[in-house]
Amino acid sequence: MTSPPASDLILSMEQLALSFGGVRALAGVDLQVRRGTISGIIGPNGAGKTSLLNCIAGFYRPQSGRIVFDGRDITRVPAARRPALGLARTFQNIALFAGMTVLDNIKLGAHCHLKTGVLSALAFTAEARGEEEALREEVERDIIDFLEIEHLRNRSVASLSYGLQKRVELARALAMRPRLLLLDEPIAGMNEEETEDMARFILDIQEERGITVVLIEHDMGVVMDLCDRVTVLSFGEQIAAGTPAEIQADPEVVRAYLGTSGAGVRRG
Amino acid sequence: MLIGNYKVSYAADQAIFRTPASRAWLWVLLGVAVAFPFVAGDYFLYLANLVGIFTIAALGLNILTGFTGQISLGHAAFVGVGAYATAIAATRLGLPFWLAVPAGGLAACLAGALVGTPSLRIKGLYLAIATLAAQVILEWVFTNWTGMTGGIRGINVAPAGLWGFEFDTDRRVYFLVAGLAAFHTWAAANLFRTRVGRAFIAVRDRDISAELMGIDLFRTKISAFMISSYYAGIAGGLWVYFAKVVTPESFPLSLSIQFLAMIIVGGLGSIKGTLFGAVFVTLVPEGLRAVVQGATAYSPDAMSWLAPMKDIVFGAMIVGFLVFEPHGLAEIWNRIRRFFWLWPFPK
Repeated sequence: MTSPPASDLILSMEQLALSFGGVRALAGVDLQVRRGTISGIIGPNGAGKTSLLNCIAGFYRPQSGRIVFDGRDITRVPAARRPALGLARTFQNIALFAGMTVLDNIKLGAHCHLKTGVLSALAFTAEARGEEEALREEVERDIIDFLEIEHLRNRSVASLSYGLQKRVELARALAMRPRLLLLDEPIAGMNEEETEDMARFILDIQEERGITVVLIEHDMGVVMDLCDRVTVLSFGEQIAAGTPAEIQADPEVVRAYLGTSGAGVRRG
Repeated sequence: MLIGNYKVSYAADQAIFRTPASRAWLWVLLGVAVAFPFVAGDYFLYLANLVGIFTIAALGLNILTGFTGQISLGHAAFVGVGAYATAIAATRLGLPFWLAVPAGGLAACLAGALVGTPSLRIKGLYLAIATLAAQVILEWVFTNWTGMTGGIRGINVAPAGLWGFEFDTDRRVYFLVAGLAAFHTWAAANLFRTRVGRAFIAVRDRDISAELMGIDLFRTKISAFMISSYYAGIAGGLWVYFAKVVTPESFPLSLSIQFLAMIIVGGLGSIKGTLFGAVFVTLVPEGLRAVVQGATAYSPDAMSWLAPMKDIVFGAMIVGFLVFEPHGLAEIWNRIRRFFWLWPFPK
């Protein structure tokens, strides 16, 4: 695969390195993500997948290397500013706000796109009211309806099953109006039906909305089915990148991760 | 009975009072509140004013502690800052009450911003200790900055006046207190219908993921501190026009604890819970006192052993709430409401 022109890339990294004390989490990763694609990051436990996502989201700051998002170097942009640029993520261990309803959790995703200040909030001015109503409409139309969670909107998130909580987390990430969506193990711990729903949502997000998706996942069947391109990490190093077919045939990947004969690959 | 809750607009669904029944209750409540001063005796008016002032202060503490998760042991001191600032503005600058009370609110707001600054670095018990330090320091300032505060003699303030109308009795002050309490309750409820309030709750529930959602933690926490102490300051300003005098011993640490008791008994992170809590914590000790006094009619020496019982019963009630009803009176209220939604049909 020839390397695509720079304008076609929504995210690119150059020699990203991150370590915690003596532990090397990432050692020179050069991930490149093309606009409008679904990319998968796979690798054994401790390979640095979540560290990589945390670097992109700004939660960790790499010691060296660069992260370019949509033509802009974001390596030093604080985490709280990144959602406004169009970056959204979900978490491996669900990080919803337990004291809020499903609807409020989703609305919170849009926080950085809203403007109401403290005083207009206290007085609930016409602007504040209008903003809330427009937001509610957007959330209902584009997110709640899309993810089929109409029946949950006034439930507290703590009362939902694991699979539904993951769906609400995806809803919250969509409310951030992302151009790049980072999903950390979106289907881990889900049953067959929930997995199929989630896979369908991820495909729809890419196809209908043109949102670029980067996901970490352990379910090889799902990764191979969904992703246009897969990157393999092992001990912080990028050992392979290519189409799912190329990855499955790569002897180094097979050795490092999938097992010696490739028998571990389960087709979803 | 309420079988369904069908709305045809999002505006109607996001209103504070969403059902006709709850709006009807609101009007009933307003009617009672307006009629109250014309039928109630002096003692009950005094209690009502106390409840109103404490409601405003407790709302402030609930915004900070219940909604944003920043515990404060210095809330009474912020009430004190508001009270002194109001008294000084009224006596030295000669401001009318409708400027002096907001001035008290603003002064407390600034003090809150200052005390809240370390909250980005310290959380939980450590923040509690930092706010405790603020309480002790401010109390010391009230007593010892005699040039400004009048020391232990305090500051006497003339009653509030508006277009020649003097708020000189508890009956007249009641209208001031009730109006401002209603206004501040409405404003607090509004806060949590917008992004600002949602950010507060997000910081309380999970601050790291809140930051990754694009919420500026420092700004959010400082806003919570400022709003909270502004409420405290307004309560302090009203206290001045209620008591007509400000003295340092009106704002002790035990009052800060009492505010915490109000929001815990009422319900952390609940506006209506704050109202319940303020009523409960103010009136129950008074009720117990009345019982003790009633008992002395039958046995003259009952006072000596019943008086301490009063504190024990009150303390036990708070422990009881923590153990059996951690979500406070607000949750009990919600349960009763849910019961009547389907009544008379079984669940």
